[in-house]
Amino acid sequence: MRIELQKRQAASGVFSYLSPFLALALTLIAGAIMFSLLGKNPATALYTYFIEPLTDPWSRDQIIVKATPLALIAIGLAVCFRSGNWNIGAEGQYLIGGMIGATLPVLFHEWQSPLLLPLMMAMGMAGGALYAFIPAILKSRFGTNEILTSLMLVYIAQQIVDWVVRGPWRDPKGMGFPGTKSFNSSGILPDLFKHSDAHYGAVFAILTAVIIWFMLSKTLKGFEISVLGQSPRAGRFAGFSAKQMTVFAFLTSGALAGLAGIAEVSGSVEKLDDKLSLGYGFTAIIVAFLGRLNPLGILAAAFILALSYIGGEAAQISMGISDRATRVFQGLLLFFVLACDTLIHYRIRITSSLKGKT
Amino acid sequence: MDVWVSIIISICAASTPLLLAATGELVVERSGVLNLGVEGMMVMGAVAGFSVAQLTGNPYLGALAAIVVGALFSLIFAFLTLTLVANQVASGLALTILGLGLSGMIGESFVGRPGIKMQPIDIPILSDLPVVGKLVFGQDLLFYSSIFIVVAVAYFLFKTRAGLMLRSVGDSHSSAHALGINVIKIRYLAVMFGGACAGLAGAHLSLVYVPQWVEGMTAGRGWIALALVVFASWRPWRLLIGAYLFGAVTIAQFHAQAIGVPIPAQFLTSLPYLATIVVLVLIARNRRLTMINTPAALGQPFVPDR
Repeated sequence: MRIELQKRQAASGVFSYLSPFLALALTLIAGAIMFSLLGKNPATALYTYFIEPLTDPWSRDQIIVKATPLALIAIGLAVCFRSGNWNIGAEGQYLIGGMIGATLPVLFHEWQSPLLLPLMMAMGMAGGALYAFIPAILKSRFGTNEILTSLMLVYIAQQIVDWVVRGPWRDPKGMGFPGTKSFNSSGILPDLFKHSDAHYGAVFAILTAVIIWFMLSKTLKGFEISVLGQSPRAGRFAGFSAKQMTVFAFLTSGALAGLAGIAEVSGSVEKLDDKLSLGYGFTAIIVAFLGRLNPLGILAAAFILALSYIGGEAAQISMGISDRATRVFQGLLLFFVLACDTLIHYRIRITSSLKGKT
Repeated sequence: MDVWVSIIISICAASTPLLLAATGELVVERSGVLNLGVEGMMVMGAVAGFSVAQLTGNPYLGALAAIVVGALFSLIFAFLTLTLVANQVASGLALTILGLGLSGMIGESFVGRPGIKMQPIDIPILSDLPVVGKLVFGQDLLFYSSIFIVVAVAYFLFKTRAGLMLRSVGDSHSSAHALGINVIKIRYLAVMFGGACAGLAGAHLSLVYVPQWVEGMTAGRGWIALALVVFASWRPWRLLIGAYLFGAVTIAQFHAQAIGVPIPAQFLTSLPYLATIVVLVLIARNRRLTMINTPAALGQPFVPDR
């Protein structure tokens, strides 16, 4: 038995919508198998993971809180990936954005002003963008592999933030825990509703999705991005510069990752500490692909991945399932998404090896 | 004198996992496939090696299990990219994410358990020689394996027919296909070899270097191994230089932390990652060197026409 691929004449419209759902279904099946291997009832486990959190208002808030950074980062990654720039270091840009954005409320703790929040957000974006500029300029100037440099910068960013919250910015009254003082109220991103944890970062995510969607599908810049991504040679003939695109894509995605970072710091944690990320920068890669690199699709995908985080916590508490299962789930999901995307461009034929030899 | 010997031995220990993983990846990339999943395969090897050593009490069985698990785990990537022609960059990342999660789950019950260390092989008399004794005749089996694998890969790639076939697949899969070479089969084998090497590299971490199971204990070494392949411009011998350079940087920053250099520990910990970036920039600036040696079909999908 062998698997043969046959190129379709044109990309299949049906499968480009269907493939994410197919991937989700396959992930659920694989998850069910995994839970039965762990000796848990698969139906109960899947219910706890993916349905129960939706029935509880507190969990729904938490899903929005976690979906916010995932969506913001993934939308930026979509611009990068579509243009053929592999920014794998969003995690670092997220951390540095959170740190730079926190500068004002940490250093001028008593300063209260309506200007503070906009400044924090702007500085967060600038911090993320600057950090993303490093791999971008190295790639466009020297041809350095951006995958490796952007990833190495993640490890460095983790160390920088770790140093800041344990060293110079540490709250002396923090009982020895690493972290800054909690911000005063004018440095805290307001909640969406009363008595809710969901903050205005979610609005940023939705606005960003619409803006980037518009840019990608309706403007010349969007056309340039896809031409350069699909065929750099054709892009050159059209007069587009791949080098400028590298810088543009990295700056955009760095700024959005930075915004995600400072929105999380200011809206959710309300101070800078050493637990800023649950690996959002990496999970956002899965979100970007599950959303098929479309900003609106990414909003939905971010919701699903956020659900898996919350469901994972619930399953850990109520069923004793390790929270590592969540990461296995997320990894499996990316596999199935990539596998199902094959269906968009190819027909898959399974032939028996006897007949196949013609 | 003894201080220097022990420092050099610790550099060997820090370099061996990098060298093993990078040598495997070099073969993969020479066949035209870019597998970014080294970190994931390595951490799977580390957990497999540690748990099998715990269950059997034998670190050598652990290392064997790590090789098998690494190779099997890489098959997921191979199936995705070679059979289903999925994007290699994304599939490699998926392998890393899955490996980090899965190893965390498997290793959960082993956290904090004292490890079983693979003991150095002491060749009687010879290992008692001054200086060279301990360095050349008194190290663990995985150190010797790493050197042997580099030599074997260098020989295989440049002195054998099969090695020539593998390189031709990596430079132009369509020409190789036209000559009747089974491109997909060669790439499958190369990817599995890379997985086996990464697995063994992981076993070195959990059975020799640390020896314990700590979640995510690879700490970016898989990625550094990928950078080393670029640094070596796809030449096996240069991997030796690169891996030992990085091993030396790692040990140097450990010693600097230990003697209390007035620099925050976090900056010293960042050094190997920073060094990787610097090295990548220096290599990339030398266009000719990279152009000549980069496998021309690296990362490109191949669908045989029938």
